[in-house]
Amino acid sequence: MTKFIDLTLNGVSTGAIYAAVALALVLIWRATRIINFAQGAMLMITTYIASAVINSTGSYWFGFVVALLSGLILGAVIERVLIRRVESAPPLNAVIVALGLYTLLVAVAGMIWGNTPRSFPAAFSIRGYDIGGTRVLFAPNDSFIVLVVIAVALGLALLFRATGLGLQMRAAAFQPEVARLLGVRVGRMFTLGWALAAMAGALAGVLVAPSIFLGPNDFDPILIIGFVAAVVGGLDSPPGAVIGGVGLGLGLSYVSGYEGSALVPLAALVILVFVLMVRPSGLFSSTQGRRV
Amino acid sequence: MEPRELARGTGLSVHEITVSFAGITALEHVSVDVAPGEVLGVIGPNGAGKTTLFNVICGFVAPQSGALRWRGEPLGRIRPDRLAALRIARTLQGVGLFPHLTVLENVTVGATRFRRAGLGSALLGLPRSDRDERALRERARAALAQLGCENIDERLPGTLPYAVQKRVALARALVCEPELLLLDEPAGGLDARELSDLAKLVASLGSSVAVMLVEHHMDFVTSVCDRVVVLDFGRVIADDVPRAIQQDPHVLEAYLGRDADTGDGLGAEARATDARG
Repeated sequence: MTKFIDLTLNGVSTGAIYAAVALALVLIWRATRIINFAQGAMLMITTYIASAVINSTGSYWFGFVVALLSGLILGAVIERVLIRRVESAPPLNAVIVALGLYTLLVAVAGMIWGNTPRSFPAAFSIRGYDIGGTRVLFAPNDSFIVLVVIAVALGLALLFRATGLGLQMRAAAFQPEVARLLGVRVGRMFTLGWALAAMAGALAGVLVAPSIFLGPNDFDPILIIGFVAAVVGGLDSPPGAVIGGVGLGLGLSYVSGYEGSALVPLAALVILVFVLMVRPSGLFSSTQGRRV
Repeated sequence: MEPRELARGTGLSVHEITVSFAGITALEHVSVDVAPGEVLGVIGPNGAGKTTLFNVICGFVAPQSGALRWRGEPLGRIRPDRLAALRIARTLQGVGLFPHLTVLENVTVGATRFRRAGLGSALLGLPRSDRDERALRERARAALAQLGCENIDERLPGTLPYAVQKRVALARALVCEPELLLLDEPAGGLDARELSDLAKLVASLGSSVAVMLVEHHMDFVTSVCDRVVVLDFGRVIADDVPRAIQQDPHVLEAYLGRDADTGDGLGAEARATDARG
């Protein structure tokens, strides 16, 4: 029973990180109908930037804020400079550009920071809470992870549901030409979508970095699971991304705890195949079907 | 036949527009004008270039040659997102509402040009942006009320009868207070009573609004339009009052004389749609 509670708590905390990655992918899919294969490399870069800032200033929080801001800027610049050119082209063009960007960013990170993985500090203690004399697998830092992801998800929900900017973003996302006719600056909405997505990605990067090592290729597994979470959640639904992320975090935590961690990637793919077979458009998709 | 000269500084003037897609000419030296307070019908067989003409005015299609003037100013290459600020609004064939936004949200998007709060204060949720948002929703409610669409603010378009959806689409176009209203098949799918309501509404738009409508429903066109332009194979073949149009031999020939070859120009228009993505 203790093991079950431990695995559940651990699943919620890793699930929150998957949710942030899934949110990053979903925001970009909603804005521009592109799967951002460069997301892993983008959040790797912002995490390296955070690491450099933390090392030189000694302040975790300064690095944390810089990571989020650099995510915003990186996302906006990438959309404006690279993606804008392929937005109206066939989808494969954007995939190729994103893969090219991935390769480029990984190479650049290796050149600047080297390929040897380094450690990354946690915001709070990673020693589990003591409850009734037993130490659970949930630390103050895990509380921080869960709370900050909830805050970001709520902030995004508020932006989309309750502000005029969110309304314009939702209009631009699904029918850009109609939105344009009504005076919406669709290009700006796309840029903003990418900026917010990259910020969510940057958040996932700094949150997950303490539990893995920070290296040019070390975020790829997180991204694959985040992608599964996004697809399970329906790819265009931010609440779906959060539920998909936490659900996957729980499921994979049980698999890892009861069957062994080697099975985790396989389990993620089994879940993906199963969901796509039962509900091909994902669990929370608002669209009826998707062209493949 | 000759387009009438417009008083400088008023209305829309389309001058000698030519558009071709991959060698197929969709519009050839088309000149059309419409003055404030006037209702202009644009008719013609399928593929005659009616929708392409609208797409040129909206900036979705760039003409190879020719010029547009709006309120006396050259329009140049138009950015569609600037149209609302120029007080040009367009409805789309069918309804064209955002299916995932509520009725009120749909119409509020139409009022985007009245937004004052910048990106920064909108992101930070400052009070200024909040006031802005409320004012826009009030405008949207007023536009819906004007069209008799009350108590459906929170409904999704798909849950409403077709005629109501068309009214919402019209409210979304009117909420930006246009001076040029482009209506693409406004009568499509409406019954006799709804048509007479629509005709009354168009007639009530007032002397400051120029209306251009593409329509197949001839009774509707003759009842609401002050003047009718007939397109055939991308050319203007007639431009006159509705009564004269009905007698015009060229028009009769275009509509009745041949029935096998209407598919020709349609290819060009289908291509235009493709090009818009």
